[in-house]
Amino acid sequence: MTSPASTDLAPPQLSAAPRPAQGPAADEGLARRLRALACTAPLHDLDARKANLAGEYTVYAMAEVALSAIDLVTLNMDFDTGADHEQIVARLLPRVAAQAPSRPTAEHERVARWVLENLINVGSVDRGFRAVYGTFGTDGVYVRRDYDFKLIEEVPGYGGGVYLRTTDEAVNVLVGALDTDVTSAQIAAEVKLEVLISRGRLADAQLAAEQARYRTVQYAETLRKTLEATRRNVRAVDWLQAVPDMIDEALDHVADRYRHENAILTNIRKARDEAEDQEHKRRAAELVDIVKDCIRRHTQLQSRLLEAGPLFRAEQDRQAFAAPTAYTGLDLYGQLVAPILPLPVEQAGKVTDAFFAHGTGLRTPASVRLGDLVDLLLTPPVEREHLGAEMPEPDLIATPDDSRFSEEQLASAMRLLDLEHDAPRRLSGLLAEARLLDGDLPYLVALLAVHAASPPVGTAYRQGEERLLFAVDDGTPLDDPEFGGADLIVGTALLDAVGMAADRSEST
Amino acid sequence: MSEIHAEYADGWSEQEPPHPQQGPAPASSSAVTPADAADAARLVSFGLQPKLLPARDAEYTELLRRYREDPVFARLADAVATGLGLVVLEVSPRAGMAVTAGEDSVFAVRMGDYARRASPDSADRFLHGLAHLAVAAMAFPRPEDLADDAYIGRLTVNGVDAFVRQACLRLEQRADEQGENTDPASDAPGLEAGWRIYARRSATGATKDARRLAGSTTGIVGKAAAFLTDSGFLQRTGDEGGGSYRTTARYQLQVRDMAGSAAMAELLELGVVPVSDGTATLVPPPEGDDLELAADAGLPFHA
Repeated sequence: MTSPASTDLAPPQLSAAPRPAQGPAADEGLARRLRALACTAPLHDLDARKANLAGEYTVYAMAEVALSAIDLVTLNMDFDTGADHEQIVARLLPRVAAQAPSRPTAEHERVARWVLENLINVGSVDRGFRAVYGTFGTDGVYVRRDYDFKLIEEVPGYGGGVYLRTTDEAVNVLVGALDTDVTSAQIAAEVKLEVLISRGRLADAQLAAEQARYRTVQYAETLRKTLEATRRNVRAVDWLQAVPDMIDEALDHVADRYRHENAILTNIRKARDEAEDQEHKRRAAELVDIVKDCIRRHTQLQSRLLEAGPLFRAEQDRQAFAAPTAYTGLDLYGQLVAPILPLPVEQAGKVTDAFFAHGTGLRTPASVRLGDLVDLLLTPPVEREHLGAEMPEPDLIATPDDSRFSEEQLASAMRLLDLEHDAPRRLSGLLAEARLLDGDLPYLVALLAVHAASPPVGTAYRQGEERLLFAVDDGTPLDDPEFGGADLIVGTALLDAVGMAADRSEST
Repeated sequence: MSEIHAEYADGWSEQEPPHPQQGPAPASSSAVTPADAADAARLVSFGLQPKLLPARDAEYTELLRRYREDPVFARLADAVATGLGLVVLEVSPRAGMAVTAGEDSVFAVRMGDYARRASPDSADRFLHGLAHLAVAAMAFPRPEDLADDAYIGRLTVNGVDAFVRQACLRLEQRADEQGENTDPASDAPGLEAGWRIYARRSATGATKDARRLAGSTTGIVGKAAAFLTDSGFLQRTGDEGGGSYRTTARYQLQVRDMAGSAAMAELLELGVVPVSDGTATLVPPPEGDDLELAADAGLPFHA
C-alpha cells in the first residue's frame, strides 16, 4: 500500500492566485458523477418528506409531479421571460388530480404548490440546494466540498414580475444526458428521429422529438446568455471578427436546423397522412406540433440574432464620438471588481467593507427629545390617503322604461317558442296561440321568428349552447290579419355541445 | 483634505466669473466674529443635507459664494467640518458643500446599522459591500467617466445584477476550462471565492407582498441604490429594470476621492496589484487572457 506523502492539512492559502486544480483526473470524473447524482436528490427527497406533511399525502407521487413541473417550466421558457408561477401550478393540477381523484381540489393545489416551492427551495436564503461530497486532493488529502445547485430559479421579468426558469442542471437531469455538448446532442436527437420515422416506429420517435425540443430550448438559453453578455460588453468585444463570426455561426446554425426540421416536418406529415392506425395518426400529429414548436423557437432565436448587429453599431457610435478627457481616473471594474471576485470571501470582504465605509456618504444621527417622543406616541396615526379624493355621489336620473314589450311578454313568447326538437310548428299557428294570450304578443313572436330565420350559429358554437331556435321558409304564404310574408316553419335544433367544446379546445 | 479643497476651489473659480456683489466678506476678513462662526456652521449644516441643491436655496448659494471669496471664512468652515468629523470633498455651485463622514465619525454609516443580517453572516456582508462597488462600477464604467466632471452615469438595478452575474459567469467558465474544482471545502467557508457567493444567491424571489426579496441579489442591489438615493448620490429616474437611477456630482466625488482609493489601498494590502494604464478596458484586447478582464468592463446598457 502506498502511503500519502503527508497527511498534515496544508495551511489555507491566502495568496491572490487561484487555487490549483485539485484532485487527479480519475477523481474528477467521480466528482462530476456525484454532482449529477446530487441533482436528483431533491426529487427523491420530496417522496421521503411527504410523510411529514400534515395530512395523508402518501397517495401522491411527488417525484413524478416534480419532474412534470420541470418539464412544464422548461417548455414555457422563452427568451425574455420564464414560466409564470401560477400557470405552472394550474397546469400541474390535472396530473395531481389524476393521482387522487377523490381528494378535494384545494388539496391538489396544495400539493402542486408544495412541490414547486420545494423545487425552488423557498426555505433557504440562496433558494437552492447543497450537497456535500468528498474528493482526494493532489496531495492525497481527503477534502469535503459543498456543491451548490438549483433546479428551478426565479428570475425578474418585465414590470417587476417574477418568472421561473429551469437551470442547466435541471435540464440535464431531465434529459438524462449529463455533461454532453449541446449542439452534438441536438443533431444526434434529430438523426435518431429521422431513422425512427423512416422505420415507422413513431412511439420512440415522439420521445426523440421531445428530447430534441428540450435541447433546442437549452441551446436558445445558452445563446440568450451570450447575447445578453455581449450587449453589455460592446467596448471590449472584438467587433471586427469575434462577434460577427459568433453571430454568423449562430445564424448558420439556425438556418441549418430550420432546414432540417422542415424536412422532418414534411416527413412526419406524410407519415401522419399515410398512417392507417389511428394511434399512429395521433402520435404523428403530436410530433408535428412538437417540431412546429421547435421551428418557432428557432425563428425567435434568429430574430434576436438579427437585432444584435444594429445594437452593437449604436453603442459603437455612441462611444466613438464621445470627446476624450485629458486625464484618467480609477478603473472601477478593471481595478476593483474584477480582481476581488476571484478572491476568497474573507479577503474580498475587507475590500468591499472599505468601499462601503467610504462610499455610502453620511447619515445624520437622529437625536430624540423626550417631549417629541411623547407627542409622537400620543398622536393618532394619520389616515393614509391612498384612496384619493372622495368621489361625489353620482346624481342618477331614472330613464323611462320605453321598452315595447315587458319582461312577462318576453317570458311567455319564449315559452311559446320552446318547441320540442322533433316537432317544428308553423308561424301562423304560433301567432294564433299568442293572440289568445295577449294582443301584443304576436308582434314579439313574429319578431323572434324572423330573427330565427338567420340563427346565431357562431355565437351558439362559442358559448357551447345545446339548443338553437331556427326558422325556415318553405314557400307557403302567411295568412294572417296583421302580418304578411312567408309562413315560416319554426323549430329547435339540438347542438352537439360536447363535440363543439372539444373542437374549441383543439383550435385554440 | 486641504489639497483637495485647494484644487477644486481653483477649478471652481474658472467655471464662474467673480460675483459682482460684495457681501459681508470685507468685514470678516479682519477678525472672526461669533456671527461668522455661525455662518460657517450653517454652511456645513447645508452640506449635511445631501439632497439639498444649492440652486434651490438663496442662503445656501450666498454662503457658497462667501466661501469662495473669503479665504478666512473658508478656513473657518473647513475647521467646523473637521471638528465635526467631516471631510470636505468639494465646495462648488454644482455639488454644494460636499462633505462626507470621516472614519469613526458620528455621521459614518456602519454595516451593522445598514443591514441587520450582515454582521454575523460574512456572506451577506460581502454581498452588500459588493453591491455598492458594482453600482459604482456600473455608474462609471470607464476611467474617463469617473474623471470627467460633466459625466452623468445611468444604471438600473437589474442591469447591475446582470453585470455582476456576467462577470461571475466568466470566472466560472474559466474555472471550468482550467478543470478547477471551485466547490469550497465544507469546513472553511471563508475560502470560497467571492464570485461563487454571488452566483449562488438567487437573483430574485417571489414574496407574499410582491416586494423584492431582501436576501436576493436584486434585493441587495436595490437596497444599495435606494440607500445611495437617500445619501443624495443617486436620483431615481424611473421604474424600468427594477428601478433606474442617475448619478449626482457628489457621488462622483465620493467614489473618486474616498471610496475608490480606500478600497484600492485595502486591495494592495492584500498583495493584489491590479495594473491599469487607464485605457486598458477601452481598446479591443489583443488576445488571450486579457480578454477575460477587459471584456467584462461593463457598460450601462441603454436599450
